[in-house]
Amino acid sequence: MSKPSRHTGRRHPLMGVLLLVVGLFATGGAYAATSAGIAHAETTPLAAEALVNEGEKLFMANCASCHGMSGEGSEAGPSVIGVGALSVDFQVGTGRMPMAASGPQAAVKPVQFTQPQTDAMAAWVASLAPGPGLPDPQYYDAEGDVANGAELFRVNCAMCHNVAGAGGALTEGKYAPHLRDLQPIHVYAAMVTGPQNMPVFNDMNLSPEEKNDVISYLNYMDENPSVGGFSLGSLGPVSEGLFIWLIGLGGLIAVAIWLTARSN
Amino acid sequence: MTNTLDNTATEPGRGMRFTGWAANYVDERTSASTAVKTLGRKIFPDHWSFMLGEVALYSFVVLLISGTFLTFFYDPSMTEVEYDGSYLPLKGIEMSVAYHTALDISFDVRGGLLMRQVHHWSALLFVAAIGLHMLRVFFTGAFRKPRELNWIVGFLLFVLAMALGFTGYSLPDDLLSGNGLRIIDGMIKAFPVVGVWMSYLFFGDEFPGVDVIQRLYVLHIMLLPAILIATLAIHMVLLIVNKHTQFAGPGRTNDNVVGSPVLPVFAAKAGGFFFLVFGVIMLIASLFTINPIWNYGPYDPSPVSAGTQPDWYIGFADGALRLIPPGWEFVAFGYTWPMNILVPTVVLIVLLVSVALYPFFEAWVTGDKREHHIADRPRNAPTRTGIGAAGVTFYAVLWAAASSDLIATHFGLSIEGVITTLQVLFFVSPVAAYIITKRTCLALQRKDREIALHGYESGRIVRLPGGEYIEVHEQLSDYERWKLLDYTEYQPLTVRPNNQGKITVGTRLRASMSRWFFEDRVEPIGAKELEDSRH
Amino acid sequence: MAQRPPSSDLVTSEMPEENDPGTAVVTSNSVSNPGLEPEHQRVTDLDPREEKKAERRIALFFTLSIVGSLIAAVAYVVFPIIPGDMRSVRLNNMFVGLGLAVGLLGVGIGAVNWAKSLMHGHELVEERHPTRGDEETRKTAVEMFSQANKESGFTRRSLVRNTLVGALIATPIPAVVLFRDLAPAKDPIALMKQTMWAEGVRLAKDPSGVPIKASEVTIGSAFHVVPEGLMELEKHRLEEKAKAAVLLMRLPVDELNESAERASWSYQGIVAYSKICTHVGCPVALYEQQTHHLLCPCHQSEFDVANECEVIFGPAARPLPQLPITIDAEGYLVAQSDFTEPVGPSFWEREL
Repeated sequence: MSKPSRHTGRRHPLMGVLLLVVGLFATGGAYAATSAGIAHAETTPLAAEALVNEGEKLFMANCASCHGMSGEGSEAGPSVIGVGALSVDFQVGTGRMPMAASGPQAAVKPVQFTQPQTDAMAAWVASLAPGPGLPDPQYYDAEGDVANGAELFRVNCAMCHNVAGAGGALTEGKYAPHLRDLQPIHVYAAMVTGPQNMPVFNDMNLSPEEKNDVISYLNYMDENPSVGGFSLGSLGPVSEGLFIWLIGLGGLIAVAIWLTARSN
Repeated sequence: MTNTLDNTATEPGRGMRFTGWAANYVDERTSASTAVKTLGRKIFPDHWSFMLGEVALYSFVVLLISGTFLTFFYDPSMTEVEYDGSYLPLKGIEMSVAYHTALDISFDVRGGLLMRQVHHWSALLFVAAIGLHMLRVFFTGAFRKPRELNWIVGFLLFVLAMALGFTGYSLPDDLLSGNGLRIIDGMIKAFPVVGVWMSYLFFGDEFPGVDVIQRLYVLHIMLLPAILIATLAIHMVLLIVNKHTQFAGPGRTNDNVVGSPVLPVFAAKAGGFFFLVFGVIMLIASLFTINPIWNYGPYDPSPVSAGTQPDWYIGFADGALRLIPPGWEFVAFGYTWPMNILVPTVVLIVLLVSVALYPFFEAWVTGDKREHHIADRPRNAPTRTGIGAAGVTFYAVLWAAASSDLIATHFGLSIEGVITTLQVLFFVSPVAAYIITKRTCLALQRKDREIALHGYESGRIVRLPGGEYIEVHEQLSDYERWKLLDYTEYQPLTVRPNNQGKITVGTRLRASMSRWFFEDRVEPIGAKELEDSRH
Repeated sequence: MAQRPPSSDLVTSEMPEENDPGTAVVTSNSVSNPGLEPEHQRVTDLDPREEKKAERRIALFFTLSIVGSLIAAVAYVVFPIIPGDMRSVRLNNMFVGLGLAVGLLGVGIGAVNWAKSLMHGHELVEERHPTRGDEETRKTAVEMFSQANKESGFTRRSLVRNTLVGALIATPIPAVVLFRDLAPAKDPIALMKQTMWAEGVRLAKDPSGVPIKASEVTIGSAFHVVPEGLMELEKHRLEEKAKAAVLLMRLPVDELNESAERASWSYQGIVAYSKICTHVGCPVALYEQQTHHLLCPCHQSEFDVANECEVIFGPAARPLPQLPITIDAEGYLVAQSDFTEPVGPSFWEREL
């Protein structure tokens, strides 16, 4: 049995799909080719100055009301002179800044700026005075010594962030946030810049390699499931106790009521 | 010698014949038939709240089974070794042998983690069930004569269970339980005169020493379980001798027990319940992580985790420590009195002793020396129930204080605010709970009275010929009504002089207690009143 | 019987004490017990088909249990632990556990079902007897004791009895001293008052043991510190650490309120305080660089580093002891002496 011929003189039915795909690739590729330039703007001096200018404009529009027109600070926000590009990358990149309201705790919120915009503001702040810059990517590749990182984490970080990175309470309503599923660069940045009440862990306290070890440990925690089952938030005996009373004992009471009920 | 147990009319099958032979063999050597006769058809009343003690008993059996498995793999030595197991974040880390073997059980023994989780979940359930069981006994007045001694025995079981739990969770020598031991050490050192010496001898050196885990192990697998099993045996024997209490109901009197016989119904239900308790624990242990010791790392006096709490049943002690305001310490004649430790310790001891001695207090107030085998409905003992509610609330405030930092982070509060609020609630909430509970009991009693006399609203509205609408009240059956009627009323004590013509302080005190207990009360309905209401 | 008058201290002679109702109201006016309810028939009692269905259902549960137990045994082999693979551990735990759970729950549900739907459902009555023995038994018991007393002369022979009691009391006395060697023959109080810190001992990082230069401690830093040499100790490392752990921080000099005696204890705004909480000994490790608060996570004691670690909240009674520091010739931070007071929780002999 021969297949009936599909040729009707018209174009192949799938031609339209193919054209669409080609068109998409063409426009996307063109965009990528041109925009790639912006991401690596610091390679040319002219592009670098354009980045700083763009950053200044963004800063004036979104940050100066609290941080001052020259980044000198005000009643509502501290000075950003000398905080470095790394601080900006952290604060803006995690959504902490712009802050919703002045206060002792900047909470993580949806990120409001694109990475290029963040880079621009970081470049402007970095131009105000020397400060911590972005580190060499080898120091946050999460390929470090997980065991050493775990030990350093327990000594330096667990008392605020909890041994499993579940977060913890600080004084007067502040808290150390949980550390799940963070970008390695942001973990590095937090250690270096000491955001808000977090202490500063300079390179003499924790070397760049040691910081990478800590990042590797956090990455290990993210990638490996809780071995015994659901982790109940990794909060320890409190959640375990609540669980056994509500589900364990509660469940067994339900069983006991069934057991002693009259059968129909 | 004939086999006196051959009793079937038809020719018995092989199985039956073997059973008959075996039973005879045993009986001729142990008088087993006497035991069967005494216990075989013993009656046990059926109420779900009577099964809480069973939950405790069965979780203890689960603890014994899972614990035995763990002892085959665990080593309590505090000798330092380098980790060479399979958990990557601890590779090469210095730790005690105890911690190392606990990790091996979790990561390198098949079923090891399961048994660890079964054991720990079961321990949490054990103490919880004991607590709820104690509350049931309290609120139903089942501690009254002749069961006062069994109440004390049960109280001892409660303390032993907590001790077993504490010694047990300290065995892995991890950071969390190690900091718990550090806290206990600090509390021991605070004791006047002998504190430092007690700590030194207990730990076998300065803290942490190299002996304490082994010593806790001996307590945990040998001494405390042996004492607990012996105490449990006394508890069960007294239960059998006194027989179980039962709730008021048709056909139930203070002089009988109504329910199912041990063989076959109660044995099937109780035996089945054991499998259900074990099964529920196993289900939880398969699906929910408990005490992930690998996250905490080995104990070291320098690191600590945010969210450091003991297991739930020690929470009330930890919370008591957290509620003390700053600066409670004084020096007298050169000696230091750390009141910030001593005051919570005394408060906790007073709380526990009050729980243990309550039956004797209530017996003194009522002067009732009869045996009581009918369990009270809590509403029919309003003051006792109010006191119980106040006690539970007091305990709950202390328990909540132990998780003050987690309450703060989860509800967006400050730790200072949470603790200050709990400090106020410490004083205010037990009183409030007492008042609300007692008034609720009295109101419920009045409602019961109404229903017993006039029936309950049926929801049917009837229009009378004269145009009135009434809601028809359904009368209760005699059986239902009896449950509402059968309780004892107590009157406040009338103060009378004794044989020497004096009114002693003791009598005055007893009279005022008695007034507090029984002045506000709802009288049970008498036969005459019931008759009258029918017309 | 007429209503009994309210009770009093006088126990009337005609009422045996064990039946004294105290302040209970005992009246003849009470409603009478209606007796046991009529028997309740279950569907399995009435309909033989229902009975058969129930039997099959119970048997099904027991069969499920068998399957569950077998699954557990098979899962033990089929889900092995691959060393280092956390997923394999989790799967082994879950499947062996779930198999066992089904095995156990199957028996339980089946047995309870059997009892509820098929076993004889009627309630039975058993009579209680007074707990005390009857008069005959009690008399015999008393007679036995008095006979034993007569034969031994226990109450009569006071010398023999009293010396026996004395001997029994004396026997456990050695136990009081027998436990002294639970701990070494040192003076624990003296041990509480000294740590590894001394003049010239360098401050080193925990856990690497590398000494710290003053220039490395920048504003806002928090270093976790042990005495140099502690990490290399063969014995007693944790015991020394439990007293010598220190937290090193740097504050702007103008924010540090130092008293006159302690002005020399810090170095250019760098201060060192004992990390062992003065409440019950947890590590006080949470440092807030902007507020200068130190928080202990165990019971929420708060210390203010800017004001000599005085207690600003929580149950601690005393500030954290300060370690006097300075720098040596090479710029490394060193202690000037040991702590000037015992570290950690308070104890009886602390001030002596």
